[in-house]
Amino acid sequence: MFEPLVRYFSSPSNREVLFEQFAQHVYMALVPLVVGVLLALPLGRLAQRVRWLRAPLLGGAGIVYTLPSLAVFVLLPSLIGTGYTSPLNVIIALTLYTAALLVRPVLDALEAVPSHVTTAAEALGYRPRRRFLSVELPLAVPALTSAVRVASVSNISLISVGALIGVGGLGRLFTVGFERPDVVQTVVGIVATVLLALAVDLLLVGLWRLLTPWERAGGAVIGE
Amino acid sequence: MIEFRTVRKQYDDGAVAVQELSLTVRAGTVTALVGPSGCGKTTLLRMVNRMIEPSSGTVLLDGHDVRDSDPAVLRRGIGYVIQQAGLFPHRTVRDNVATVPMLFGRSRRRARRDAEELIERVGLSREMGGRYPSQLSGGQQQRVGVARALAADPPVLLMDEPFSAVDPVVRAGLQDELMRLQEELGKTVLFVTHDIDEAIKLGDRVAVLRQGGHLAQYAPPEELLARPADDFVTSFVGRDRGYRRLSFVDSAGLDPAPVDTVHIGDTSADVPSRAEWVLALDAHERPRGWLHPNATVRGQLTEDQLIAGGSLHTLGSPLRGALDAALSAPSGLGVVVDGDGGFVGVVTARHVLDLIEARQHPALTEGAA
Repeated sequence: MFEPLVRYFSSPSNREVLFEQFAQHVYMALVPLVVGVLLALPLGRLAQRVRWLRAPLLGGAGIVYTLPSLAVFVLLPSLIGTGYTSPLNVIIALTLYTAALLVRPVLDALEAVPSHVTTAAEALGYRPRRRFLSVELPLAVPALTSAVRVASVSNISLISVGALIGVGGLGRLFTVGFERPDVVQTVVGIVATVLLALAVDLLLVGLWRLLTPWERAGGAVIGE
Repeated sequence: MIEFRTVRKQYDDGAVAVQELSLTVRAGTVTALVGPSGCGKTTLLRMVNRMIEPSSGTVLLDGHDVRDSDPAVLRRGIGYVIQQAGLFPHRTVRDNVATVPMLFGRSRRRARRDAEELIERVGLSREMGGRYPSQLSGGQQQRVGVARALAADPPVLLMDEPFSAVDPVVRAGLQDELMRLQEELGKTVLFVTHDIDEAIKLGDRVAVLRQGGHLAQYAPPEELLARPADDFVTSFVGRDRGYRRLSFVDSAGLDPAPVDTVHIGDTSADVPSRAEWVLALDAHERPRGWLHPNATVRGQLTEDQLIAGGSLHTLGSPLRGALDAALSAPSGLGVVVDGDGGFVGVVTARHVLDLIEARQHPALTEGAA
């Protein structure tokens, strides 16, 4: 059963295509993740601070997330004037999805910061922005991590859809594999996608551990 | 000095939290704001550092209207201790304490070094500095909260029910620690509590607030206990105020009487049987317990042959302790000790009561004599 695989990988052109599409996939997955998080943070903060904006922001985010991805990929070029096969379409769409998916978790994570901690920060003389960046945001990280992990996996799988409109990524291996038909190519594409999702997830877990050392501070409480 | 000048706070929904209230906290003293929930005590406290702005009236800090200062800068110059400590869970104890000096722009290294000194000053070990708040007990967290508030050496300290979330024993320890620190530092302290006993213990003056932000009485604690302004204060101050007031009556003139004593380790030959209570002391002359009248000692006198003693009255401390020592002793003889815990003598309840009466009605006692 390994024979077709060996044959697939022995072809330099196959390997080149795989690596190229893999790199493209990583690029198209990570850029929207990072930009989406950076967009969701201020939006979630806004929803937390400005009461009347909360419902429209959360509602809007919900609507964005329900838009069919293929439709967005197809419609974006006519809306913003990009080429039909430009990776930018996928990147912008996924950025919107990521931001939409994360607005509520950001809000929830910020709301979960204990009020005595934020009150203390205010009373000690933090100005609002510094308080947000150095007290509330670090404390929101644990609650945010799981949502960011979901968003990253969801992005990685959504990019495959982009192949249907001719944008690169590992999805190209599915479409090509389907047309030929070439099962090996499809399987390689699936495995690579799964491995990528796992790798990014591990990366996020590592990042979370790096950012939240206090969460794992063990040791018993020493008595009075 | 903190001055509230006819401050009033009314919220948008019409609820009045503080009603035209004036109050002065003298520099270097502790004022306890006490009252039931909804009396506006926390609101009043937060007006000082502008976390709440009064609807009318002014708050002066050392003669300057707090509204003339930038809120963040003003707050860095005022220590603040909050209920549950409000420590930053993501920072070590050391970095929590270093917070305000670092907001002031001091270098991280310097701020951390100073923080370690403060950690020791509030009764924690230096090693605690590297721990996270979740690794500390509630009482320890409160100590860190106090250290953090003191870090920039502010002249004014605001404390919002800082000890209400810990158990009574730990609370008493924290209160004693605060009194000791205040003795050293002489800060101007505004202390909010719903516990009248805490207010009486810690406050140089106590402000009793009534629901709706009315000041019912502002007086030193002994006056509050002796002359409550009205029925509200009377009921709020609670039971036993006559007895509790003895906490503010000094025991000068109380002469302890001698009593037969023996030492732990004495043999039966040294402990003749007699019809009186005998006090047993250890090698450092510290009282260990009572030997029952007519009790016979076999062999050496050991602690398990003793009846536990009552509370001890330290020479020179308020009369309350002397009366309690007498009332709690199985022998009816209150044991008086010196500052090192060494035995001085005994007093009876009669003894203490006579002194109280002589203080209250000097002419009467003199006439009777």
